[in-house]
Amino acid sequence: MSLKEKLQSSYLAFEDHLQADSPLHDVRNKAMKSFETKGFPSKKEEAWKYTSLNALLNKEYSIFPKNDTAIEFKDVKKYFLNDIDTYKVVFIDGVYSSFLSQITHDVIDVCLMSSALNKSKYSSIIETYFNKAANSDSLTCLNTAFAKEGAYIRIAKHKEAQKPIEIINFATGTEAATMLQPRNLIIVEENAHVQIIERHQSLNNNEVLTNSVTEIFLEKRANVDYYKIQNDTQNASLIDSTFIQQQRESICSVHTFSFGGKLTRNNLSFKQLGEHCDSILNGVTMIEDKQHVDHNTLVHHIAENCESHQDYKGVFDDRSTGVFNGKVYVEKQAQKLDAFQKNNNILISNKATINAKPQLEIFADDVKCSHGCTIGQLDQDALFYLRSRGIANKEARALLMYAFANTVLESVKIPELKERINKLIANKIGVNLGFDL
Amino acid sequence: MLQIKDVYASVEEKDILKGISLSVNAGEVHAIMGPNGAGKSTLASIIAGKEEFELTKGHITIDGEDITELDAEERAHKGVFLSFQYPIEIPGVSVTNFIKTAINENRKAKGLKDMPASEMLKKIKEKADLLEIDRKFLSRSLNVGFSGGEKKRNEIFQMAMLEPKLAILDETDSGLDIDALKVVANGVNKLKNKDNAVIVITHYQRLLDYIVPDFVHVIMDGKIVKSGTKQLAYELEEKGYDWIKEELV
Repeated sequence: MSLKEKLQSSYLAFEDHLQADSPLHDVRNKAMKSFETKGFPSKKEEAWKYTSLNALLNKEYSIFPKNDTAIEFKDVKKYFLNDIDTYKVVFIDGVYSSFLSQITHDVIDVCLMSSALNKSKYSSIIETYFNKAANSDSLTCLNTAFAKEGAYIRIAKHKEAQKPIEIINFATGTEAATMLQPRNLIIVEENAHVQIIERHQSLNNNEVLTNSVTEIFLEKRANVDYYKIQNDTQNASLIDSTFIQQQRESICSVHTFSFGGKLTRNNLSFKQLGEHCDSILNGVTMIEDKQHVDHNTLVHHIAENCESHQDYKGVFDDRSTGVFNGKVYVEKQAQKLDAFQKNNNILISNKATINAKPQLEIFADDVKCSHGCTIGQLDQDALFYLRSRGIANKEARALLMYAFANTVLESVKIPELKERINKLIANKIGVNLGFDL
Repeated sequence: MLQIKDVYASVEEKDILKGISLSVNAGEVHAIMGPNGAGKSTLASIIAGKEEFELTKGHITIDGEDITELDAEERAHKGVFLSFQYPIEIPGVSVTNFIKTAINENRKAKGLKDMPASEMLKKIKEKADLLEIDRKFLSRSLNVGFSGGEKKRNEIFQMAMLEPKLAILDETDSGLDIDALKVVANGVNKLKNKDNAVIVITHYQRLLDYIVPDFVHVIMDGKIVKSGTKQLAYELEEKGYDWIKEELV
């Protein structure tokens, strides 16, 4: 049975537990039909030209993994930000862990998608927001059909989440192959603020395929800083689709740190619906072996006087491959716009590959749009300069890589998180320089 | 201290140095002069260990130890320092972090622990004051957006921090106005002592008014063609290099 067939039959079983007459059921059915028609994306599609899912689709995934594995906090402590207090929404194999979580309903809602989807008091919210920002590509549809758990976060008007929120999805790998489909919904109302850190983490080397979808809605003057830490184990793959809708004067930044995992695909899509929005998309990718990371970004400018800034840095070693496909789409009425896109790549090994494809589609005539893309190697003159000061080759290379990534790192607003990422990079390069850049 | 014995060197198959011998003792200042393309910067690079330059013949020793097979960082650990003619810009690394890393990497090579933070700060302050360097300057990205003078001052600051046995100043005077030149020269003079040595590479006699050499050597077409005292620098300033060429014929 192919994975698609397995998903189809699993859906029928899943459907039995759903309320047949709810509007949500229609949304799921429609989504499932759409997935059935389109199937998994293939390399024939332009957006998937450089990323093949074939090797992932022939595994025998468990679609509804058993959930009887107890995790002790001490075993997973290192995946949390321990130096500061945070809200935590934690899932183990797709099921909420109250033991590891710290959620709240006090002023702000940091809780569960399952509650939002099933409790009647949330029905109008689900009707207004659920699946409204998401697009209809096949994997997003698949997630919509199966959506049952994830984080539901709502920050009410003029409120600020007093501490960052960590959303962590653990995969225990009790089965040889697991498929997970978390679904997050985040609503940040007028002038509300929140910082969110998202992580997917396998606890052993069994196969995991995560098809995650997150929708984020920013109302007027809302402010969101979203950090994605992708440092998973060697057989864990992630397809992450994040859809963001911004109303006027809102500011949203998404940082994506891709260091681990087998195959990672980031679909990050921004839609600016009101004037004076700012969208910030930053990423650092550092991979080796046969790892693959694909950043597929879209900034859709619909309103006037908006800004968007993209800064993606990639360092590729061994036979790793990277893709940067960044699209900026400017509608005719989106005048007085400032859109900037930068993608810089360093190939450490001559067997590493990066496919970079910046795309600007501009239909307005009074805008400032620019993009720059570079692919190169570590600067030999800079390397000699550092070594001539007594800094050994390995450390000098590490210093240059840190420096390269630093323009992105310095925009991380949570100091403890910045330090954590510095350490991840230090581990990655095998060098600790003893200071934070 | 430094012995260069009959050194031949090439870059991309092109012969640049064609049999250079030079002996520099502790406590001495040597000036190397010569027209463009004579091989002055190549000599500096080959002592510092730049990999693009291939030493095809001869030996370079420091305190009797052959360094020709050593990597650039190992030569630095032996006390070799090159002040770059064109210091490299490195965005994302501050001057302070750079120099801290360099100091501690040198200490690590000698089996020492990292320099305590308080001692490091004190030293940075002292050397920055010596070269009249503003504290704000130290937190800027290395050489990024620095003026010519700032870059050279930063080079000498690094020299002051690392306290090398042998400092090679490659056209440190280029891009400096007279005030900056005085500050830089004054810094070098204060760092000078009986245990270290300086090689000054320059086109102009001007710098040598402030860093006074014990010996002046002229390089032409990859060879040292004439050596003398400071007086030779004045002669070159006055008469150019042609008279040496004629002498050679």
